[in-house]
Amino acid sequence: MTTSMTKSDLLLLLCFAAAVLAGPVLLAPIGAGYPDLLQKFAIFGIFALGFNILFGLTGYLSFGHAAFLGVGSYTAVWTFKLLSMNPIPAILLATLLGGLFAAVIGFVSLRRTGIYFSILTLAFAQMSYNLAYSVLTPVTNGETGLQLAQSDPRVLDIAFGRDYGAVLPSSDLFGISMTGYPGFYFCGVMLILCFFVSMRIFRSPFGMMLRAVKSNQNRLNYTGLNTRPYALAAFVISGMYAGLAGGLLAVTDPLAGAERMQWTASGEVVLMTILGGSGTLLGPVIGAGAIKYFENIFSAFNEGVLVQAYSFLPEGLQHVMVWISSLFVGEGWHLTLGALFMIIVIFLPGGLMEGFNRIRAWITGRFGGGGGSLAPAAAE
Amino acid sequence: MSILSVQNVHKRFGGLRALNEVNLEVEAGTVHAIIGPNGAGKSTLLNCFVGRLEPDTGTVTFDGKSLLGLKPHEINQAGVSRVFQTPEIFGDLSLLENVMIPAFATRDGAFKMNAWRAVDSENSLHDKAMGMLADVGLAEKAGEIASHLSRGDKRRLELAMCLVQDPKLLLLDEPTAGMARADTNNTIDLMKRIAKRGITMVVIEHDMHVVFSLADRISVLAQGTVIAEDLPDGIKGNPKVQEAYLGGAHL
Ligand SMILES: Nc1ncnc2c1ncn2[C@@H]1O[C@H](COP(=O)(O)OP(=O)(O)O)[C@@H](O)[C@H]1O
Ligand SMILES: [Mg+2]
Repeated sequence: MTTSMTKSDLLLLLCFAAAVLAGPVLLAPIGAGYPDLLQKFAIFGIFALGFNILFGLTGYLSFGHAAFLGVGSYTAVWTFKLLSMNPIPAILLATLLGGLFAAVIGFVSLRRTGIYFSILTLAFAQMSYNLAYSVLTPVTNGETGLQLAQSDPRVLDIAFGRDYGAVLPSSDLFGISMTGYPGFYFCGVMLILCFFVSMRIFRSPFGMMLRAVKSNQNRLNYTGLNTRPYALAAFVISGMYAGLAGGLLAVTDPLAGAERMQWTASGEVVLMTILGGSGTLLGPVIGAGAIKYFENIFSAFNEGVLVQAYSFLPEGLQHVMVWISSLFVGEGWHLTLGALFMIIVIFLPGGLMEGFNRIRAWITGRFGGGGGSLAPAAAE
Repeated sequence: MSILSVQNVHKRFGGLRALNEVNLEVEAGTVHAIIGPNGAGKSTLLNCFVGRLEPDTGTVTFDGKSLLGLKPHEINQAGVSRVFQTPEIFGDLSLLENVMIPAFATRDGAFKMNAWRAVDSENSLHDKAMGMLADVGLAEKAGEIASHLSRGDKRRLELAMCLVQDPKLLLLDEPTAGMARADTNNTIDLMKRIAKRGITMVVIEHDMHVVFSLADRISVLAQGTVIAEDLPDGIKGNPKVQEAYLGGAHL
């Protein structure tokens, strides 16, 4: 009984892994079966999975997790420059540094709870963002962003006789270039690993304590448990997930800029988690996928596309419709996101996972109990 | 031998003397009741035992060790469990989880990074928690969410959470306050059974019926001062107590 996984958990993990690996085929019908978008799903899925361990389990709402995403990206690019273009050291160091930064910021922020905690994390993240643009320019290369150069030392690559010649190198895993499908599959395997770790945490005594932190800290203290290290451990783990996600962003596109640390990016991971269903195992991945998918669609629309879409209308009406619609697409995509978010929070406070569970309950209720037991217990 | 020793404890809130030179000795294995009118300082005194409040002066010694300056979780780890005036439970968690958490706390200490094993594989703690739930009559509800329980059931759950820790000292602040009659009787029965096991208890209680059927010794607190301390029969006949607490009415 060392690997004490229940059958339904094993089934859920296998289904999850299969769905991720078959992503290019499964998502092709909705036009998302190409690697650039798929790897975004995987990377932000990891980011949200980690965020959920903090927010979903302990209830501590951080508004600064993009800082760890940024730290991960900078670390990965520096690892490429100094050590090797192999993605493994890059993501290991990105995870580690994400965790270290989280330990420092978490240690200070967790002296407060509730809104004060949120504000502290937000302040720290904005501080990091501003520092990256100003005094830390030697490390971050300021507004231009940190990039690779042909003249980078890459001591490990040199030591192993790997020479990229006169071109700008791209990340590769022992000769497999991290672009296109290999890039996606690298991120996909990481997502599966992260999902597995998250599942173990959810089912563990540690995970139970984290849910107890959310439920009643007072009782927890009078029960002989010290809340602070539990919350801090959750914070550090979520920082490591964020660091890994940031590292993977740099693996698929070796460039790191400070905008990755901006508060809008911190807010996005909150939306992903809540949209999918915070505190559920699968929800955050689904939320991340949904937001990145709609972002991709809505931000691609421009005026030309809209004019064409409404070409069947009389000219005056066409102008009006184009004007209204243009508020919600392209640069205005965040307006759509906001509206979508409001609808979900009002009608489905448990997120998309609650929606799925309701549909499942409705189906099993209508067509007899047989179908329900086959599906893995998805929510929690 | 006294397991809890309180000496010369004073506590002020601004101009209010909530506790005034309080002395108390609780013998191991006995039930010690603290009674007194509303606002006498009973809860304040209890809060000084568990680290929620710090006395201005005086000492609180438990099991030969000072409790002053310790955090609530450290005091619990030393062997003191507490039931609150309004039941404090983990409302979002199942009854079983509610009882397993304190069991883990007692076995693993204030913090342990136990993140890889499944809770389901902890068979001995699971059995212990289930046994405890059965003891308080909640076994068949083990899988339910705790916030849905009635107030009486919440109290019994909270008692199970404390008892699963095998505490050396159990503190109860008005365990039957605000309860329906049936729930009160259930809770009293439960407390009597706990007392029979030899667990030391300090009980704050309003209901005289409860106090006299349960307590080995009684301290009477009025306006922050202990005005009497005796066996139940002695307290019944004490004119000072009747004057201060019972308004002269006969018991
Ligand atoms: N935290 C506090 N701050 C100020 N006054 C308090 C505080 N806690 C209790 N008191 C006051 O101290 C007195 C004793 O209160 P308490 O110990 O709750 O009484 P009891 O439990 O015996 O009814 C009351 O007058 C109460 O108003
Ligand atoms: Mg009181």
